[in-house]
Amino acid sequence: MEFAHILFMGFAALAVVAAFNVILQRNPIYSAIGLIVVLCSLAAIFLTLGAQFIAAMQIIVYAGAIMVLFVFVIMLLNVREEETRVDKQKYLKWLAAPLFLALLAEVMAVVRYVNLTPQPLASANGTVENIAQGMFTDYVIPFEAASVLILMAIVGSMLLARREQKEDVERIEKALTRQQEEEKYEEEVAA
Amino acid sequence: MSSLLNSIDFQYVIGALVKIAIFWIFIMLVVAYTVYAERRVLAVIQNRLGPNRVGWQGLLQPFADLLKFIFKEDIIPHAVNKWLYILAPIIILIPAMMVLIVYPFGPADVPLPFGAAISHAINDLGVKLGMTWNIDLSHINLYVTNMNVGLLYVFAMTGLGIYGIVIGGWASNSKYSLLGGLRSSAQMISYELALSLSVIAVLIQAGTLDLAEIVNRQTGTYLGFIPKWNVFSGWMALPCIIAFAIYLISAIAETNRVPFDLPEAETELVAGFHTEYSSLKFALFFMAEYVNMMTVSVLATTLFLGGWRGPYVDDIRWLGPVYFLAKVFFFLFLYIWLRGTLPRFRYDQLMNFGWKVLLPAALFNIVLASVIGILFL
Repeated sequence: MEFAHILFMGFAALAVVAAFNVILQRNPIYSAIGLIVVLCSLAAIFLTLGAQFIAAMQIIVYAGAIMVLFVFVIMLLNVREEETRVDKQKYLKWLAAPLFLALLAEVMAVVRYVNLTPQPLASANGTVENIAQGMFTDYVIPFEAASVLILMAIVGSMLLARREQKEDVERIEKALTRQQEEEKYEEEVAA
Repeated sequence: MSSLLNSIDFQYVIGALVKIAIFWIFIMLVVAYTVYAERRVLAVIQNRLGPNRVGWQGLLQPFADLLKFIFKEDIIPHAVNKWLYILAPIIILIPAMMVLIVYPFGPADVPLPFGAAISHAINDLGVKLGMTWNIDLSHINLYVTNMNVGLLYVFAMTGLGIYGIVIGGWASNSKYSLLGGLRSSAQMISYELALSLSVIAVLIQAGTLDLAEIVNRQTGTYLGFIPKWNVFSGWMALPCIIAFAIYLISAIAETNRVPFDLPEAETELVAGFHTEYSSLKFALFFMAEYVNMMTVSVLATTLFLGGWRGPYVDDIRWLGPVYFLAKVFFFLFLYIWLRGTLPRFRYDQLMNFGWKVLLPAALFNIVLASVIGILFL
């Protein structure tokens, strides 16, 4: 029993409890906070493994950027409680039990067959230098491919946003011309 | 159980905890006296006296204010979301405080006065208790830790602080608070980009993310009197100066200070996200704002102005923290000065400036710094 194990146990337990909090809460903002706690505990677990860069990135990207956007949207729409509405896809709930059992079997298989004694880490640290070395030499093509994928997502979202705006402009212009025609007609009638 | 005890480096852990405690008290004092300095300097700018009654020249004013905050009635309005309302000031203050473990106050291996005598006394005590302690306090590092990803750690922690503002604004269940929280999150997301991108020029120059190491790389002088700080660093000076300007502007926006204090614009939003807060909870928001100011000033000092570097610092090591604090206080004074001078931006101006001026400038600066870095480093 080492101190690192105790840290791991503590943060793992925190992550699991917070993950349950995410799915069990009715109020979306509590779920979002639960997810933030999960991400932060995962970052702490990365730290106990010596992966400092991954831990920092976990917090910056997920907890610091993506979850802020989530919370922002929840606040902007001011969603109070999850609305209890009738589920249109009723047959989906019959899939839940088999899928849960499959997942459980998978977890049990992992626990049963995977070698649990931890392997000593190769270089024992996930410093910036090591990550950069891997990312820009052996894995440079996957890295660039991921960049292109993200660029495509950005361009796509821009396109979608712009197209809607154009339609809006056309709709407003149409309404304005109709209004002007009506005014002209009324003036003619009055004359 | 003994393997557990053996796996903990007690000297390191206790030493780090003691250092954190000392630095924390120090930072709290600096925060308290920054508030006092702000009131006095603003008073001078606005041609009035400012607080000068509690103690000599009002120097005990921060403690009087603290007592006042503690003894004021702590009101929790009826319609608030109680748990989140209580949680918000805690969420904002704790990440702000967590940053201080990477502040590089001074050099490593500074001789501590009476350090040898103190460590001898502690080791003797250990012998009497039947333990063998090998504590050596004759030289100490004037930072708690120098982590490999120090700068990223600072960004991660300051990025978390935004939740305190957002959740506080939402949980207060008041339209002023909600608008303040929304404005603040939009503003902080926008300016965080320019802030993080601006420091890349310095990283190209320094070649590391470790704050203590970034300071060490700025050792030496040109022609015997121009220090090799990053803003004077030969060919890299141009991108570093541009980065410095972008960093300063976005740092002010990031800490919600004048002229970017839209989240708490008094004329429109009463006090923004902390309108409904009173007593010690308000004090926590207030403290977090000043700790964040301190953090961005420390980063500015470390990244651009050579940290604790200065004349004769290699001979007299204790000059390090003096230079460091002098530079940090310069930035804190700049904050106060700006507050006394500039009017507030309009909201659309703020967003346009962040996205259409600062962000492209920061991106261009990365290209410039990379080209110069490849050609001349």
